[in-house]
Amino acid sequence: MALLKVTSPHATGPMSTQRLMQLVLLATIPGVLALTNYFGWGTLVNIIWACLVAVAAESLALMLRKRPISFYLNDCSALVTAVLIGIALPPYSPWWLIFVGVSFAILIAKHLYGGMGYNPFNPAMVGYVVLLISFPVEMTMWAAPKGAFVGSLPSIADALGALFMGRDSIAAFSIDGITMATPLDVLKQNNSLMVSDIWAQNAQFGHWAGIGWEWVNIAFLGGGLFLLWQRVFTWHAPISMLIALSVMSALFYDGGSSASGGSPLFHLLSGATMFGAFFIVTDPVTSAVSNKGRIIYGASIGILLYLIRVWGNYPDAIAFSVLLMNFSAPLLDYYTRPRTYGHQPAKKPKGGS
Amino acid sequence: MRKVWDIHGGVHPEENKQQSNQQAISAAGIPEVLVLPLSQHIGAPAEAIVNVGDKVLKGQCIATAKGFVSVPVHASSSGEVIAIEDRVIAHPSGMSAPCIVIKTDQQDQWIEHNGIEDYSSLEKKALLNLIREAGIAGMGGAGFPAAVKLGVRDDQPIDTLIINGTECEPYITADDMLMRERAEQIIEGTKILRHLINPSEATLIGVEDNKPEGIAALQKAAEGTGIEIVSFPTKYPSGGEKQLIQILTDKEVPAGGLPAQVGIVCQNIGSVVAIYRAIKFGEPLISRITTVTGYACEQQKNLEVLLGTPVNYLLQQCGFNPKNCSRLIMGGPMMGFTLENTDVPVVKTTNCILAPTAKEIAPPTPAQACIRCGLCAEACPASLLPQQLYWFARGKEYEKLEEHNLKDCIECGACSFVCPSNIPLVQYYRASKADIRQRDLDAKNAEHAKIRFEARQARIERLEAEKIAKREARKAAAQAKAASASDDKTAKVDAVQAAIERAKAKRAGNTDDKPTRESLEQALASVEKRLASAKEKLAQAQQQNSDKVAAFETGVEKTEAKYQQAKQTLEQFIAANTTKENHQSNTETSADNSNDAAQQAIARAQQKRANKVELSPREKAEQAISSLQKRIEKTQQKLDIAKAENSDKLAIFEDSVKGLQDKLLAAEQELAKLPAAEQTPETVASENPAAKTKTAKQPVAGDDVVQDVIAQAVAKRAAFSSMSDQERLQNAVDSITKRIEKAQDRLAKAQAEGSDNTEILAESIDKLTIKLSDAKAALTEKAQH
Repeated sequence: MALLKVTSPHATGPMSTQRLMQLVLLATIPGVLALTNYFGWGTLVNIIWACLVAVAAESLALMLRKRPISFYLNDCSALVTAVLIGIALPPYSPWWLIFVGVSFAILIAKHLYGGMGYNPFNPAMVGYVVLLISFPVEMTMWAAPKGAFVGSLPSIADALGALFMGRDSIAAFSIDGITMATPLDVLKQNNSLMVSDIWAQNAQFGHWAGIGWEWVNIAFLGGGLFLLWQRVFTWHAPISMLIALSVMSALFYDGGSSASGGSPLFHLLSGATMFGAFFIVTDPVTSAVSNKGRIIYGASIGILLYLIRVWGNYPDAIAFSVLLMNFSAPLLDYYTRPRTYGHQPAKKPKGGS
Repeated sequence: MRKVWDIHGGVHPEENKQQSNQQAISAAGIPEVLVLPLSQHIGAPAEAIVNVGDKVLKGQCIATAKGFVSVPVHASSSGEVIAIEDRVIAHPSGMSAPCIVIKTDQQDQWIEHNGIEDYSSLEKKALLNLIREAGIAGMGGAGFPAAVKLGVRDDQPIDTLIINGTECEPYITADDMLMRERAEQIIEGTKILRHLINPSEATLIGVEDNKPEGIAALQKAAEGTGIEIVSFPTKYPSGGEKQLIQILTDKEVPAGGLPAQVGIVCQNIGSVVAIYRAIKFGEPLISRITTVTGYACEQQKNLEVLLGTPVNYLLQQCGFNPKNCSRLIMGGPMMGFTLENTDVPVVKTTNCILAPTAKEIAPPTPAQACIRCGLCAEACPASLLPQQLYWFARGKEYEKLEEHNLKDCIECGACSFVCPSNIPLVQYYRASKADIRQRDLDAKNAEHAKIRFEARQARIERLEAEKIAKREARKAAAQAKAASASDDKTAKVDAVQAAIERAKAKRAGNTDDKPTRESLEQALASVEKRLASAKEKLAQAQQQNSDKVAAFETGVEKTEAKYQQAKQTLEQFIAANTTKENHQSNTETSADNSNDAAQQAIARAQQKRANKVELSPREKAEQAISSLQKRIEKTQQKLDIAKAENSDKLAIFEDSVKGLQDKLLAAEQELAKLPAAEQTPETVASENPAAKTKTAKQPVAGDDVVQDVIAQAVAKRAAFSSMSDQERLQNAVDSITKRIEKAQDRLAKAQAEGSDNTEILAESIDKLTIKLSDAKAALTEKAQH
């Protein structure tokens, strides 16, 4: 009888990395559905194409690094990166845009740094920022939401056509008003109107924020709460980020004047706020590790997000804020070590290295 | 209800306790062979006091505690000791250790033992000793000697006594069953401990709320005793001593400290029962309750097992099916270790034998990359950052590990349990802890070796210094002895000082092994003498036409060669020293150096003079007479021998005796001539240092010369130091020119006489010429500047 020699503990918890990733993928469904509902098939087509590219890029990288391909592909981390990029990119993006973004994220931002668990920057956000800087026109062509323009959304065929041949060759995209500035854009460009006037004059504003956007954000919030319930991550980073953003927008609301940055609710439900809070900020690999550290990490992202949205050059800023805080995560780790049992008070980190 | 606190982290693994807690405790029976390891506890192993072949009775002490942190071992049943040897023991590494093997006789015959009716009449020390003698070690898992833990110092007042009935590990129900069935014994044992510890505040028994029957039984038994049964929410690892203390008192045991420091003593429920039996019945610890569980066994139950029972004996009783077993574990699924060999005996700390199926505990899966999800940090009961520790452990960054308090890890396994990437975190920590321990040990050893080396070095230096000091002292003493020929104390002091000065100068100049001009001259003189005497002997031999002429001739030749050699060495030395002087004259330090040399010379001269001054002419004459007398005696003796042998040398000896006698006569006459009055100023002078120089000049003619030389040397030195470089060089050139002239004169003489020295002289002239040209070149160079 051959008895195994294994170290303790012998019992293992139910959670696995693969399951964590699958839960994240599962939690994006409400948000993706909302996006599809308001902006058409574009996002779904983005996601599928991004996943294909991601699997190919991941396999290539693993092959070059001489790692077991199926073992690593099974952890689903490449799919998560792909889905996140697919959601972040404007619907009906051309194939090469997605291809460049996803390959950069997987090959450069992930595998060049050592692969899963070793990347200091969120790969999806690196891919996104590379595209945003390199192809600003394509990256800001957001489709107008259903209800903000007259006419119907493009069909699946139109979406596929846009993907592979470009929008210009598809008739559905020639309609005037099919692309429209996002509410964040509008508010950013404004310098004379009261907030209430903006609401009255622009078709893309809904109850609390932009038409469609508010529901997309609420859907992502739902997905995030599901993950929180599943204990995929702790509340510290996302909630502190949302609170920081609310506090910032409340401070600079200015009673809805022409200099107002927008209400807290508007900011919470605009752009990629909820998507960022629950799907980007919570990326464990690139965030701070202690709970205290995560609170600072999340809050800093919330503050940066508001600063860039209102006074920066870009209408939305999840990617930049997250990448900036990825830089400081090791520093946060260093200064936010929890107090160990039996140590009174917490051991102060020693100076230097 | 007493307030309880929560601990940080913790996990909720599947409990699986219902598997084994359905049946009452049953006796496992007596196996054929009992294997009792000498080390079943933390601390020094016990020492066997039985021999192979001895008959032992149940409860007989077979190995005694060796040291303070140690406990004895007792025979669990009666039988015969058949071996004392290394056997595989219950250890994660599967290692072997010394065991006493007993072949049981199935009689199970007890040794005579008596309990104590009224333990409260016993002193604390006596009680502790009973507990110690009963071989009781913590039965919860670590196996720390109970008596050591209970022997709290008087300066550490204890406010709370905690009995640990938590049993937080999944599967294990040994303590649960003990509570259900033997609650009275637990309470009685607790009373004993309460009497021993005398806690000022409370005596608590902590039990997780997943054992309602056990809690109820304890509560019933504890009624009216003042012992509180505290239940708290089930969570692993609440049963860790530190965690239980936090749950029940909200106190934290300081890092690296003991519970007693926060006024708490903790004991396992199983140990409490063992203590009760030891005091009440005088029974040592020879059995324990062990849970045998897991679905690879047909029946899962709690067995009362004799210590030393092989695991396979228990497995057989429970219908163990190895085919279904994914791994065999001693202990629980969280902290237990796997067994590769079922011959391993049950020991004092064995609370469970777990034989799970693959469905219960899956075969290990390969570890994936750490995604820093932080679930481990959430689960850690010590509030560590396991993912960071893992990172540092992999990088072997031991300082970082220590900075992140790796030492506070209790190895509960909660982090590994929650890790989604299946990383064996605890194993990394164990290995790192061992590495750090080894590193600290190495550092300590290195430090020790360094200290020893330095001490040795210091000792050697000290001995060397002592040796030198002794040598100096001896030298000084010898000189002092020489000086003490007269009563002149000052001279003695002078001599000693001179010796010291010489020694100093020698050391400063580091000229220890180099010959001095003096020594060379002396050597030359002695060789010259020997040559002369040899030549004389040769002449005599030739006169007498002796057989030994040839021998004498070769002797003379040899001596001549030696003489030439000595002369050459001296000349070379002189030549070399002159070069040195020339060279020195070009350097800044030359003045100082020559100063030293001059002073030395002065000191030497003064000392010589002093030595001579010490001897008055009368004394000298007396010495000469005595020495002559001695020589005459010796020669007379030789003459006698020669006469007896009828030697050829008879005439020679007769002659020499005559000569010596003449000399003696002359010396005696001289002595008689010396005026008696002369002694008076001598003694006065020696006692009056001021007058010394004056009087010293009188008796010895050579003294004036010495004084003159000194005066000259002093003048020269003064002149030398006042001279400019150019003047010095000019001086050197002049002196070399003079020397060349002298040497040429000597050469001419030598050539005229046909001497052997011609060549040497010619050579030295060549050398001097070279020196002269060098000196001239240096001079012109200086002049140009």
